[in-house]
Amino acid sequence: MKKIFFTSAIAASVLFSSIAVAQSVETLRGAGVAEPVAVEDVFQQDEGRFTRNYRQQPPLIPHSVDQYQVDLKANRCLSCHDWTNAGERNAPTLSMTHYQDREGNQLDTVAGTRWFCNQCHVPQADAPALVENTFEPSN
Amino acid sequence: MSESKPGYIRRFWRFFWSPSGVISLGFLMIIGFVVGIMFWGGFHWALEATNNEEFCISCHEMEENVYAEYEGTVHQLNGSGVRATCPDCHVPKDWWPKIIRKIQASRELYGHFITGVIDTPEKFEDNRLYMAGRVWTAMKRTDSRECRNCHEFDYMDFTQQQTRAGDNHQIALDEGKTCIDCHQGIAHKLPEGWQERYEEVVDKLAASGELPSMPGRERQAAELEGYLAVNN
Repeated sequence: MKKIFFTSAIAASVLFSSIAVAQSVETLRGAGVAEPVAVEDVFQQDEGRFTRNYRQQPPLIPHSVDQYQVDLKANRCLSCHDWTNAGERNAPTLSMTHYQDREGNQLDTVAGTRWFCNQCHVPQADAPALVENTFEPSN
Repeated sequence: MSESKPGYIRRFWRFFWSPSGVISLGFLMIIGFVVGIMFWGGFHWALEATNNEEFCISCHEMEENVYAEYEGTVHQLNGSGVRATCPDCHVPKDWWPKIIRKIQASRELYGHFITGVIDTPEKFEDNRLYMAGRVWTAMKRTDSRECRNCHEFDYMDFTQQQTRAGDNHQIALDEGKTCIDCHQGIAHKLPEGWQERYEEVVDKLAASGELPSMPGRERQAAELEGYLAVNN
C-alpha cells in the first residue's frame, strides 16, 4: 500500500511538471495549441517598373527572387544583371558605382561591398504600407 | 584434377547441358515461363525499389547534402502540390538510358563504401563543382531530357507566364536553348565559379560536336519546309 502511494506520488509529480512545461511552450508560441493562428495576407509580386520615391532610392525588383541563390558562393542576380551578361539577357546592368571598391578603385567584377543585392534592392508588391507615413522627397 | 573424376563445376556443366530424361518438354517450358515471369518481375521490382527518394536518401551523403538543399525548393514545396523527387530529375524515364544510368550508379556505391569520396560535408563541398559539371553535361547533351518529362516548350502557354519568363522562353525557343542553360542550381546550391564551369561544359560539348547543329527556330523551319515539300 505504501509502495502504491509512493509510485502514484511520483507519477503525479511527473504529470504536473509536464503540464507546466506544456504551458510554458504555449506562452512562447503566443497562442493556445488548438487555437488557429491567422495567416498573413500574401501580396503577389507586381510586374512593371515602380517609380522611385526619392532620387537615391535603390530601384525595386520587378520580378520574384525567392528561389534565387545569393550567398558567399554564388549570386544568381549577376547571371543576368552583371555587365558581362546584361546585354545578352536583355536586363538592366548594375550601376557602375557597384564596380568600385570602398577605396574607389574600378573593378571588373562587382565589388564585395555590393555583393548582397537584397540588402538594398527588394521585390516590389502592391501591398498597403505597413506604417502610415507622410514622407516627402526633398525635391 | 584427374581425367577420370572431373571437378564439381565440370560435372555440373555436363549435367546442365545433358537432355532431361524424365521431365516432359511441356513441363520444362511451363517451369521456364513461370520462372521467367518471376525473374522479370523481380528485376523490375528491384529497379523500382532503388528508384525512389527514400532509397536515394538512405545514404547520408544524399540525405545531409543534396536532399537538405532540395527541401523547400520549388520542386519540393509549391502551390500546386506536385512534387518532383530525386529520380524524376536524375534517372531517365526511357528504358535504355535508365539501365545505363543504373549501371553508372554502381560506381557511386564504390565511392560510398570503398573510397568515401564525399563522406563529409567538407568533402562534398570540395567536389561540388565537379559533380555539378557532370550533371550539367548530361543535361545539356540530352537537351534537358529529364526536365522535359514535365516541362515541354510545346505545352507552355507563354502568355500565362510572368512577362519576363514568357519573353525569355520565346528567346530560348528561337535560339535552341535548353532548360539547363538558364535553370542551373534550382534544386541544389551553386558552388563558387559555377558560371565559368557551365560555359566550359557547353564549349566542350560544342567542340566534340555533341550538340544539335541547328538551333530551335531554324530546325523548326527546316521541318516545316520538309513537310510542305512532301504535302504540296
